[in-house]
Amino acid sequence: MNFVQQMRALWTLLERETLRFVRIWPQTIIPPMVTTALYFIIFGGLIGVRVGEVGGVPYMDFIAPGLVLMAVISNSYANVVASFFSAKFQRHIEELMVSPMSHLSLILGFMAGGMARGMAVGVAVALIAALFTDLSVHDWGLALLVMLLTSAVFSLAGMLNAIFAKTFDDISIVPTFVLTPLTYLGGVFFSIELLPQPWRDLSLFNPLLYMINAFRQAVIGVSDVPVGLALGLLFALFFVLLAACVYILRKGWGLRG
Amino acid sequence: MHALEINGLTKTYGSGTKALDGVDLTVAAGDFFALLGPNGAGKTTVISTLASLVTATAGEVRVFGHDLLRERAKVKGMVGLVPQEFNFNGFVPVQEIVRQQAGFYGVARREASERTAYLLEQLGLADKATAQARQLSGGMKRRLMIARALAHRPSLLVLDEPTAGVDVELRHGMWEFLTRLNREEGVTILLTTHYLEEAEALCRHVAIIQRGKIVVSAPMRELLEQLPEESFVLDLVEPIAHAPTIPGVRLSLLNPGVLELEVRRGQPLDQVFAALHAAGVRVMSLRNKSNRLEALFIKLTGHGVEDKA
Repeated sequence: MNFVQQMRALWTLLERETLRFVRIWPQTIIPPMVTTALYFIIFGGLIGVRVGEVGGVPYMDFIAPGLVLMAVISNSYANVVASFFSAKFQRHIEELMVSPMSHLSLILGFMAGGMARGMAVGVAVALIAALFTDLSVHDWGLALLVMLLTSAVFSLAGMLNAIFAKTFDDISIVPTFVLTPLTYLGGVFFSIELLPQPWRDLSLFNPLLYMINAFRQAVIGVSDVPVGLALGLLFALFFVLLAACVYILRKGWGLRG
Repeated sequence: MHALEINGLTKTYGSGTKALDGVDLTVAAGDFFALLGPNGAGKTTVISTLASLVTATAGEVRVFGHDLLRERAKVKGMVGLVPQEFNFNGFVPVQEIVRQQAGFYGVARREASERTAYLLEQLGLADKATAQARQLSGGMKRRLMIARALAHRPSLLVLDEPTAGVDVELRHGMWEFLTRLNREEGVTILLTTHYLEEAEALCRHVAIIQRGKIVVSAPMRELLEQLPEESFVLDLVEPIAHAPTIPGVRLSLLNPGVLELEVRRGQPLDQVFAALHAAGVRVMSLRNKSNRLEALFIKLTGHGVEDKA
């Protein structure tokens, strides 16, 4: 297939993946909005007023960027892991495997689908945040870059999970026991300045800390880590995961007999 | 030009099971080809390898002269696969499944939509275009998979047990469609089937695979000529109580109005009819018995087609 045909194939896959989550919007878009509203009411409104300021801003403003990025992370991951594993389980992944789509187009198609959901939910959650806070985005370019890179990284991670998963349990283990704890410990609700040692230094090994802080820097101009380091980490993770997905698909692990 | 050339194809699974043991197979361009074999003989593995769903351990596959390993994308573009099991997302509308499949092959959106409408019309699914695939009957689902496999206009259509579980009427409709596709559009068709009458009715060439090896590959006519005996079914004008005895032929009464006749290949039938007439048996019509291929299969492999390899 030539480049134009590859792009058509990629676009078709993106369309399919987007339609998949849009068709079930009450399951994919609404719940994160409700959850975020509850976070703002409980953590921001009820508890936040007693916390006062964190990082020089009201607590409600401090947690808003983290909540948006948390939605981007979990939804990008969930979209690809569920869609790719279902495709494997129902065997309609074979529709793609028999086609002349390149491995890269296939990966980018699923990734773009995950990013579409991550960004859609991220924007929806940001709209909820706007109801509770009076935020003005500090750096739009950085905010968009961090959101896009984060959703791409977690879409690819979701794909790797799905490739190796053999049961539906296997696709819930990583989000439940790895992703959620790392997100909560990644500084969504607190600044690592508040942590005692050795937890503060240990937190620096959590990659999500860098993503959340880079996004917080973009939105409210406050970060616990250097933004350049965070962006470097995001780019590195993106290329490593992309290369891993291409390698694994080429080998046919978990897909071809 | 050969549509398909398979040389020394071997597949050993991780478990140590040798599914294919040096398969050699050639399918001429424009042919209608049947690959027959008992369960577990390796039919699906051959097809899955050809469709890039299984990686061969050794051997060579060429489609219209293009090597599968070296020109995989080109080969994929020329092959349409109808697998044995339903493998589409049941929650997606029928037309979307076919149109998106065309898209995965790089077909432009408008052309893909037109092709989808044409195929759904041809396969009697036009009124189900917007229905979710899971709402279709078994026969419709099977036809949906054929439409999907043809979305990108393949030159070689590969069907794995295409009429399994399909009722007789639908099966004949599908045969008609495939025959038209082969004759009018020149699409080479390779099918595996358990229905030997299907192979006999549709295919010009047959290969039999057993324990991962091709036992025989020859034109259908040539194979049938190998049968030492030929069977006919005679519908009688008047019912009879017992089958008459005629030297040199075997007659058995299937029911009071129907006789089964077995004669040696090449034996003149007029002698048999004269003897029947003399015995007071009047024949209204005669037809070939359709299990000749089954008999041939048993002769060549020593197994019935349903036997495990």
